[in-house]
Amino acid sequence: MNVAHSLQSASLTDPGRVRDHNEDCIEARPEIGLYVLADGMGGYNAGEVASGMATSLIADGLVESWQPDQVDRLDRDASKALSEKLIREQVARANSAIFTTSQNNPECAGMGTTLVVCHFYDNFLTVAHIGDSRLYRLRGETMEQVTRDHSLLQEQLDSGLITPEEAKLSQNKNLVTRALGIDPGVETELHIYDTQPDDVYLLCSDGLSDMVEDDEIRLTLITLKTNPSLTVQQLVQAANDNGGRDNISAMLIRVAEPYGVPRGWLARLKALFR
Amino acid sequence: MAKLILSVDGQVLKEHTLSKERTLIGRKPHNDIQIDNLAVSGEHAAIITILNDSFVEDLGSTNGTMVNGKPIKKHFLQNNDVIEIGKHKLKYFNDQPAPAAGAADFEKTMIIRSPSKAPPAPAPAAPAPAPAPAPAAAATAAPAAAPAAASMSDTHPNMKTATQEAPKPAPAPAAPPPPRPAPAPAAAAPAAPADATAGGALRDAAVQVLSGAAAGRTLDLTKNLTTIGKPGLQVAVITKRPNGYFITHVEGATYPTLNGASLGAQAHPLNDHDLIEIAGVKMEFFYKP
Repeated sequence: MNVAHSLQSASLTDPGRVRDHNEDCIEARPEIGLYVLADGMGGYNAGEVASGMATSLIADGLVESWQPDQVDRLDRDASKALSEKLIREQVARANSAIFTTSQNNPECAGMGTTLVVCHFYDNFLTVAHIGDSRLYRLRGETMEQVTRDHSLLQEQLDSGLITPEEAKLSQNKNLVTRALGIDPGVETELHIYDTQPDDVYLLCSDGLSDMVEDDEIRLTLITLKTNPSLTVQQLVQAANDNGGRDNISAMLIRVAEPYGVPRGWLARLKALFR
Repeated sequence: MAKLILSVDGQVLKEHTLSKERTLIGRKPHNDIQIDNLAVSGEHAAIITILNDSFVEDLGSTNGTMVNGKPIKKHFLQNNDVIEIGKHKLKYFNDQPAPAAGAADFEKTMIIRSPSKAPPAPAPAAPAPAPAPAPAAAATAAPAAAPAAASMSDTHPNMKTATQEAPKPAPAPAAPPPPRPAPAPAAAAPAAPADATAGGALRDAAVQVLSGAAAGRTLDLTKNLTTIGKPGLQVAVITKRPNGYFITHVEGATYPTLNGASLGAQAHPLNDHDLIEIAGVKMEFFYKP
């Protein structure tokens, strides 16, 4: 079953109402079920250089290395392991490329980017992330934050220093503890989840999650999930209505039907006639 | 940088800048802020400062610590909070840059690295901005005149929508970004009607069903998003925004109509007594008196 037919998706990125340029970058490769979002940082244009390099290098690198006709012959566990391995490789490669560029170009010194990578295959989802860009999942009526920010605020929450209510008032919202491209090596957090039909996944930059309450994001996903492009428009609009202080990016993926890979000769034969 | 102003009976005694990670308050001389009064414990309270945030913690004092009139054990300080220790008051000021000019830059995401991984001192090209305490080397890039390489610059159009079918946006030439027009709502909706807001606040509104089985029923538009219609057949959403109410088509092969005209895929502002027809049912939008 072709993953591109089973997933409905839409993406939108917007500079917001305060910043004059957009340092967020998004890339989708629906043919292999791949979605990448990055929020660049660093002075002048360097932030968008970093996020642009991250998304295009990782997306193109995975399209090249992930060969569906070969992967389809592997069993499910082997394909999970391969997805993880290739994503780690591509993220590391992008990290080196950004780091080298920033070392060799004074105008790019210190640039870096956050990252969320989602790769859908055979009813599972590989999620890699670095920094404070997020992945949310709506399943039924429940919305969960799948990724855990790599930020000072999250560390303070984890250690119990502040409560989630106090966190909303914090002045330290903008400090990430991990980023792509700032050091020669990078620690990528990676997890694999099984997906279910009708799940809705939302990748977003902090320009959305800081400006729109989780509960409003949840309500929007529930209300509009049959229309992904309207959903992302509505989310970006809500962030702008609330001030739009940062660049806003949202990528929405809805699992419309299962996308398991047929295994065994009978299943493959049936798949041919679908 | 945040500071505390110590006063007693309205008389200002001194001002203390919170430059240390831990600032001690108490009666004994080794405290950073010494208050020589018998109502104050030897070590009474501490202020813990982490970059731009500060917390006050009572150190098990005899007479306790209050913030804004309430006894506390630990409290996350907000600008203008008043800490009371006996008859002494410490007012907390966290004068971040005014939310106008410098704010956008200030809020930009920065990287902080754990002291073990960070270089001992920030590189000369990247002076740490803002009042970051020693261990946190906040990385920023030095501004430079050269624009980014053309191959990477993907100069963002004001808004780029990439749906599944849409081809990858062609990389734009490395021209300076176009001047951004006035903040445009995402759905490119026309301006809201003037009667939507009275005295700055959005007026309450509702939809009344005029035909079909539910005729006569009224639906208050209290949520930011309210869907109307029949799921699977024809659904529209009414969004409540700061500048008025808007209706947009969500699902269904055909569009609902507004005052007899098809909605299309765009958002439309709703005016008082507009007629909506959706999934064969007529309804009227109105502002509540």
